[in-house]
Amino acid sequence: MNLAALTDCLTSASCLVTQTTSGLIIGMLLFLVAAGLTLIFGVLKVVNFTHGSFYMLGAYLALTVNGLTGSYFLAVLAAAAGVAAFAFVFERFFMSKVYGSNVLMQLLVCYAFILILDDAVKIIWGPEFKSMGMASAFQQPPIFIAGGIIPVFYLFLIIVTLIISVALWLIITRTRFGTVVRAAAVNPSMVSALGINTGLVYSGVFVLGGMLAGLAGGLAAPVRSLTAGMGFSILIESFIVTVIGGMGSIAGALLGSVLIGLVRSFGSIGFPLFVEGLMFLLMAVILILKPSGLLGKEG
Amino acid sequence: MFATRPNLTRDLIIAAAALIVLLLLPYVWPSRMINDLVIRVSAFALFATSLNLLVGYTGMVSFGHGMFFGFGAYAFGLSMQRLGVSIPTAILITIVSSALLGLVVGAISIRLKDIYFSFITLAFQMLLYSTVIAWVPLTGGDQGLMGGIPRPPFLGIDLSIESHRYAFAVTLVVIGLLAMRQIVESPFGYTLRMIRDNTERATFLGINVFRAKLTAFVIAGVFGALGGMVMALFVSGAYPEFVNWTMSGEGIFMIMLGGLSTFIGPAAGAVILSLLNDVITRGTEHHGLVLGAVILLFALGLRKGVTDFIADWFRVRREASSRSGG
Repeated sequence: MNLAALTDCLTSASCLVTQTTSGLIIGMLLFLVAAGLTLIFGVLKVVNFTHGSFYMLGAYLALTVNGLTGSYFLAVLAAAAGVAAFAFVFERFFMSKVYGSNVLMQLLVCYAFILILDDAVKIIWGPEFKSMGMASAFQQPPIFIAGGIIPVFYLFLIIVTLIISVALWLIITRTRFGTVVRAAAVNPSMVSALGINTGLVYSGVFVLGGMLAGLAGGLAAPVRSLTAGMGFSILIESFIVTVIGGMGSIAGALLGSVLIGLVRSFGSIGFPLFVEGLMFLLMAVILILKPSGLLGKEG
Repeated sequence: MFATRPNLTRDLIIAAAALIVLLLLPYVWPSRMINDLVIRVSAFALFATSLNLLVGYTGMVSFGHGMFFGFGAYAFGLSMQRLGVSIPTAILITIVSSALLGLVVGAISIRLKDIYFSFITLAFQMLLYSTVIAWVPLTGGDQGLMGGIPRPPFLGIDLSIESHRYAFAVTLVVIGLLAMRQIVESPFGYTLRMIRDNTERATFLGINVFRAKLTAFVIAGVFGALGGMVMALFVSGAYPEFVNWTMSGEGIFMIMLGGLSTFIGPAAGAVILSLLNDVITRGTEHHGLVLGAVILLFALGLRKGVTDFIADWFRVRREASSRSGG
């Protein structure tokens, strides 16, 4: 524990800016993953334990495409598209078979895929840590705000994730697809009685969620070391985020993600060995005060 | 209460017979490999059956039960290494400390329903996991508890001798399973089933649901920790994998594989999965790939545990004979 360092940081503008930025990066990337998880749960009432593996897959796809084409833009695009396609297959041919079963069967199918994907990644890309490297466009001197150092890539990440978040919000609230999705979350049998193919809606939600996770993985690839276990740690963080924000609530996921991002970034200064513990502590406190999460509905 | 329950005599006879068979096994079939397998299965059978107290009997799908397995292994190993106590004392420390862990984690987690409960138990497990990894001076971090666990003799039992270790493990698992059987067949066990089937009704009947669930959680935690303890004794160490989420995943798979509608199902699942893991490890280095495929085949194909099939077969036969017999 190093409270002196934390107080020093909180009282210095430069440190405040740097840490807030890195907290926002962690938070916004986490949000992309958690938003898909919470969306899938909200509509299908299924917990996609493989969601972290989607993120991992996105990062590795980006690594390969970046290596082949040298274009970070194409790499991120491929990550999103590739994981979306994978999510489609996963939902149609595996997950949809156990919608009617109990939660244990769904858990088992996800568990199987986590094992398979982790091993597949080790076989295809090797067991050692990989790093993708920064695209040359971002290799520029960092920006200084109030003495705080912000790499250009960080600024780019924040802007892109914000754009994606707004786009997601528009899709959910302003499009016909979004309306159907929201209706299916509340009353799937009524949606189906109105002549809408709910199976297709479920598939669409899974693909959208998978695409977000793939995007997050692709975007994060330059600033993360890639390893076969990386999916599970972000899965746990996404769980914490959705529980804090309220399962099924996308706004809650945003709030939770930013909170967790800030806890991680400032916590690493004050309690370097207990950062994970801080997140769980935050979750436990919120659950005791409000079991349905900050923005979740009761029941 | 203990003597009056129906079928108690039958259970006692089955347990005694199982114990005798297991104790005689090394003499009939002397094989180091079989001994090792039986000890490992003992650890997992305690672990899986204790998990089923929660999942099958109370309807609480814990996805963090591996935390107790790992905690038991570390608690026992650390007591022996650091405190230098006797083995019975270390067992007592393991039981008391895992009960306390269950009490704290349970008191927080049980407030949450359904999938939230699964999440938070998993989160607690990962908290323990990251603590084990980070607290290197105490736990040895990702290397695990090294240097072996001392096994001083007690009451004429010397656990550094393989045959003693074997006898100790099988005795512990038979007593443990019998104790859990006693619990699920007691009025308390039926209270748990009622909570699983209709929580509201249980509340109306004046049952303190929270307290009953917490009791079940603590009991399951203690037996899960005993499983971890057997494992620590066997490998003479404790490793972070014992606390990792895969442990909970395997636990769930064991009870599904064996069948969670029968008492012995999870233990059967522990046997099957241990055999399967051995075969896979020997046959390929891609353990996750093959195990994952097997799990998929099970979840999408079989969909029911082995003992579920056997129980169904008996039921169909009984119904058929009662119909034809009039």
